[in-house]
Amino acid sequence: MKNLLSAADLTRDEALEILDTAARMHNIQTREVKKLPPLRGRTIVNLFFEDSTRTRSSFEIAGKWLSADVINVSAKGSSVSKGESLRDTVLTVAAMGVDALVVRHHASGAVQRIAQWVDCGVVNAGDGTHEHPTQALLDAYTLRGRLGSLDGRHVVIVGDITHSRVARSNVLLLTTLGARVTLVAPPTLMPSGVGTWPCETSWDLDETLSGKSFGDVDAVMMLRVQRERMGGGQSGEARGAGQSNFVPTEREYAVLYGLSPRRLALLGEDVPVLHPGPMNRGLEISSAAADSIEHSVVLDQVQAGVAVRMAVLYRLLAGASEEVAV
Amino acid sequence: MSLRAAAGRTEPGAGAVLLSSSDVVRVIDRMSHQIIENLEKTGSAGLANAVLMGIPSRGVPLAKRLATRIEAFCGTAIPVGSLDITLYRDDLRQRGIRPLGETVEPAGGIDGKTVILVDDVLFSGRSTRAALDALSELGRPSAVQLAVMVDRGHRQLPIRADYVGKNVPTARSESVRVNLAETDGEDGVVLVEGTQS
Repeated sequence: MKNLLSAADLTRDEALEILDTAARMHNIQTREVKKLPPLRGRTIVNLFFEDSTRTRSSFEIAGKWLSADVINVSAKGSSVSKGESLRDTVLTVAAMGVDALVVRHHASGAVQRIAQWVDCGVVNAGDGTHEHPTQALLDAYTLRGRLGSLDGRHVVIVGDITHSRVARSNVLLLTTLGARVTLVAPPTLMPSGVGTWPCETSWDLDETLSGKSFGDVDAVMMLRVQRERMGGGQSGEARGAGQSNFVPTEREYAVLYGLSPRRLALLGEDVPVLHPGPMNRGLEISSAAADSIEHSVVLDQVQAGVAVRMAVLYRLLAGASEEVAV
Repeated sequence: MSLRAAAGRTEPGAGAVLLSSSDVVRVIDRMSHQIIENLEKTGSAGLANAVLMGIPSRGVPLAKRLATRIEAFCGTAIPVGSLDITLYRDDLRQRGIRPLGETVEPAGGIDGKTVILVDDVLFSGRSTRAALDALSELGRPSAVQLAVMVDRGHRQLPIRADYVGKNVPTARSESVRVNLAETDGEDGVVLVEGTQS
């Protein structure tokens, strides 16, 4: 495995191997010396064309804990702002002898394109509204920690599916791991090709959470409402840029699709609530849900992020290069 | 090749039996006695201050068995841990990645303790070197010793074992398989043709 571009690239065995490796690496977080040697002498460049806090810092920590040299390049303050093309920027960075690029880009498919241009490994850290495979892996890791195996489990993903690379990667990975996924969103935020995805869809959150139509719920994942892409909120700029209105008002969205204290009470006692962050409290998730000690696993997800990214980088970079592999 | 497939060894072939299952039990008993004797030379705190660290996969059940027998012989319970050395191996790049084993610190940690590393076969000494590196990141033992079921020679590093179950002269082209009931269904040590991981 040289690249990780899509959650669909992973077979069930490969995904389980990454999760098992992550579980072994997780305990380094409690150690005094947070350093493991397998990527000594390897260089990783985090190439971020879109803002990020948790993904970039967790990739950076993961690389450093495995003894790699990690360099961060963001579009702001780089020659991208001087008008350099994506290809030239990527080839320039790759020419410095890096072993892997961790790329986030605002255009769907950009990371796949980059992987065709360079010889080094490429990890997709989020491309537009397309995929975010390491997020899906850390969600699967968190779910496994709470539920044991994912086989036959029912995961409900709620929110802005259309704009969510997290939802797409999660549907692909969770079903690969044997879970059943139901997507819940208003019709306007349900992507057009969703019928071809290996999951159920619903427009009614209360009905789905009740378990009447789709079976008992084992986990709930709330997605961020991507305000920057919605005309209905305070974002007049987006409306000016010709964006359509996806929901009438944020208030209506919160009432119909937010995880309110009332809906939280409907969930079984040990049902975990996930959120990829950053959270819009009061919109898609209430503070009662976000801070619930029994339900919320939001900070577990962040911790899992480092362990899972360590496992991915280990798998991509620690072994022999492809041609001499035995 | 999947990592899981790579981790599984080939089925035990028809090799020369070096130790039968009753031999294995006897050898573990003898090694337990040697550990007790050796550590009691350093005063009674010697044994009470010891921990056993098994190197996965077969070093771990071996360490547990040694601890059980030592407790049966002299009543001292020795904490047992495991120490995965995969990330510290010097052939990770040449031979490719493999699944990680579990590292478990023994109760009470390893700082100031006499750590006895336990492995199934001592060959080049490279695993032991990796184990010493891995150990130094967990803490600072007062002393480190090495117990192995089989020493088959061909050392490539200045490393020797403190407790050896059986010395076996081998050819480089051969392999020594230590089977334990916990991992392989039955105890026994066999010499087989062909190199294995």
